Amino acid sequence: MTLVSGWGRFPVVDTEMLLPRSFEAVGEAVVAGSVARGNGRAYGDAAIGAARTIGMTAFDRVRSFDPTTGRIRLEAGVLLSDLIDTFGPRGFLPFVVPGTRFVSVGGAIAADVHGKNHHCEGGFGRYVDSILLRTGQGETIEVSREQNSDAFFATVGGMGLTGVILEATMRLRSVETGWIRERVISASDLDAAMRALEAGDSATYSVAWIDCVARGRNLGRSLIYLGEHAGRDELAEGAAVFPVGKTPGLAVPLDLPSITLNRYSIGAFNELYYRMGARRAGGDDVVSLYPYFFPLDSLSDWNRIYGRRGFLQHQCVIPEAGAREVLGDILDRVARRGDASFLAVLKKLGHGEGLLSFPLPGYTLALDFPVKGDILNFLDEIDRVVVAAGGRLYLAKDARQSRATFEAGYPALPRFKAIRKSLDPACSIRSKLSQRLFDEV
Amino acid sequence: MTSRMSVLVLGGSSDIGRAAARAFAKAGYDVGLAGRDAAALEPDAADLRARYNIEASTRTFDVLDTASFDGFVAGLPVLPDVVISIVGLLGVQQKAESDLAHATTIMRSNYEGPSLILGLFAEKFLSRGNGTVVGVSSVAGDRGRASNYVYGSAKAGFSAFLSGLRARASRGGVHVVTVKPGFVRTKMTEGMKLIGPLTVEAPVVGDAIFNAVEKKTDVVYVSGIWRLVMLIIKMLPEAVFKKLKF
Ligand SMILES: Cc1cc2nc3c(=O)[nH]c(=O)nc-3n(C[C@H](O)[C@H](O)[C@H](O)COP(=O)(O)OP(=O)(O)OC[C@H]3O[C@@H](n4cnc5c(N)ncnc54)[C@H](O)[C@@H]3O)c2cc1C
Ligand SMILES: NC(=O)c1ccc[n+]([C@@H]2O[C@H](COP(=O)([O-])OP(=O)(O)OC[C@H]3O[C@@H](n4cnc5c(N)ncnc54)[C@H](OP(=O)(O)O)[C@@H]3O)[C@@H](O)[C@H]2O)c1
Repeated sequence: MTLVSGWGRFPVVDTEMLLPRSFEAVGEAVVAGSVARGNGRAYGDAAIGAARTIGMTAFDRVRSFDPTTGRIRLEAGVLLSDLIDTFGPRGFLPFVVPGTRFVSVGGAIAADVHGKNHHCEGGFGRYVDSILLRTGQGETIEVSREQNSDAFFATVGGMGLTGVILEATMRLRSVETGWIRERVISASDLDAAMRALEAGDSATYSVAWIDCVARGRNLGRSLIYLGEHAGRDELAEGAAVFPVGKTPGLAVPLDLPSITLNRYSIGAFNELYYRMGARRAGGDDVVSLYPYFFPLDSLSDWNRIYGRRGFLQHQCVIPEAGAREVLGDILDRVARRGDASFLAVLKKLGHGEGLLSFPLPGYTLALDFPVKGDILNFLDEIDRVVVAAGGRLYLAKDARQSRATFEAGYPALPRFKAIRKSLDPACSIRSKLSQRLFDEV
Repeated sequence: MTSRMSVLVLGGSSDIGRAAARAFAKAGYDVGLAGRDAAALEPDAADLRARYNIEASTRTFDVLDTASFDGFVAGLPVLPDVVISIVGLLGVQQKAESDLAHATTIMRSNYEGPSLILGLFAEKFLSRGNGTVVGVSSVAGDRGRASNYVYGSAKAGFSAFLSGLRARASRGGVHVVTVKPGFVRTKMTEGMKLIGPLTVEAPVVGDAIFNAVEKKTDVVYVSGIWRLVMLIIKMLPEAVFKKLKF
């Protein structure tokens, strides 16, 4: 048995960890209480089997690639970092990338991950054409919008609970360069931030970074980052058409005592960041895609700065209509508490692709908290606000929401459960997350 | 026929072999993957073609079947520019202590076979006047340890063979690289307790092999810290060494 956790390092669970090397071995590995695991970047308990966890990273092969269409067939363990490094220099990138590039294709499909372009281009699942799935009852089937479409829409965003994704066919975006034309806008409060994101609707990429220590009239003060793919003619003289992604240096060597993240250090960090960004605000900069999309990837193991007890990410989405009030309320509670992290991200989302996909048209807010004190109670309070507003929480970040919160947020759940049942009548595929939120006990 | 450079990887099914193949293919080399089960190598060849738009092929090769070596080399459509032997067998030390057949297989898989096949390629390269031969040995060959000396001694023999071959071949324009990995997370070491800071992932070794060929390095330790570790271990007097439990 091995102790395993998600990126948030909470909860830590004893599980049997397998690393199959062939699809046959995957088939044999699927027994009662198992689930697939990609690169372990989900924060909570989604990628931990109820009894057994099936690591998929050995499946890192590209099957075929058609440079005329950008269509690619690959094994589920291929990391997006690998795709970017390999196909970027050939002029192709994934359509959708999350805030870290160290996620697997299987994980990106299972969470239907969103990027900074969700408001206009949708999520990862939109660019997936078909999936080779090993179901819980032992079948290997190809699922797509045309063939086994129920299983397809349950698998996209289905958190691994419909079976193990073995391979997928998807489309890559053709790009001229690996650079992004970035514009930074500073917003003095939440209204200004939301207006800026609204105005940024026409931008391919947009995201706001919120200073969650600011209170009162500064509540919600932010920096908004807009981005477009840069053309060759926009590059500095002599710049490589495709920049090199550095392997993360500077590992956080030990678990820092969580005291390092008290409200003063966070406040100081935020103040600095805000001023730095405000100085740059207004003009356009051409930046490498790596720092633009993956600002945290340069620091490996940064999850350790929260200390041994780990941390929680709370990511909700609030439907557009009531978003301003609700977000203001949440940010105010968070600012008054004073232990939120330097990471608070606000962005606009559109429709999700799968039955359990997280996105819905509205605003998503992501906050990090160290696991300590009464944080679980506090987050339950926030959840009540989210549910009352018709919002929901992101399963890929979750380690603690209640069944009631989950069921209120995901109206397609009964349909998902019915499809899951037809693919896996004995309910072999079970994760710690599904035990907590889905399964009959 | 292309005019691209080409590399032949013996032991193409290993994690280190796959990583090395990618490193060369990324730089534009055509790749041949050889192993006991050629069909099983096909997905890896397809991966290389799809990623790097190069030519990749597979062929059957068994390092224990030394009688087949002449035919294997003669049967290649082109003599590659670089040949790498990744082939190796850790085996089970305790078993090898009393099971002579097992001990023999370990010795032949790590020393006899890899040495003979690379020696044969070196002859061909010498008559052509260029080429690079790479042997993946191990730090385990630097000093025989209680826990794995059957494997270690075979690696020691292989390292010595490569060293001598290098001295001779360098005069004929042929370069020989000895690669000595420390701990690498691969199939071979799965489930073993490895010491984090001394352990690397297979792609690090793949890149190190490529760089060594490009830069004409003679001996590479991966990671580099192992050069120091082994220097210290080699200097320990036998009286002290024999009391150590590792
Ligand atoms: C720093 C950071 C930033 C992030 N930013 C974003 C963001 O901007 N947008 C966003 O959407 N997400 C974001 N995430 C979350 C992350 O993208 C998702 O959790 C993603 O699913 C992780 O992929 P993984 O390969 O690590 O999967 P894991 O974490 O290993 O697994 C995640 C889920 O996918 C399932 N799964 C994995 N592989 C397979 C497979 N082969 N077959 C079936 N199921 C499988 C698992 O069962 C699990 O339910 C971020 C995470 C981090 C750490
Ligand atoms: N992993 C480490 O920590 C480490 C450390 C130092 C040195 N090394 C050396 O690195 C090399 C690669 O090891 P690895 O860790 O990647 O382990 P591995 O996966 O076990 O690699 C061994 C390779 O040798 C091949 N092989 C074994 N016997 C063969 C035979 N009779 N004929 C042809 N091929 C044969 C295997 O092919 P099959 O698929 O057909 O079995 C496989 O490709 C080995 O030489 C090993 O000694 C490894």
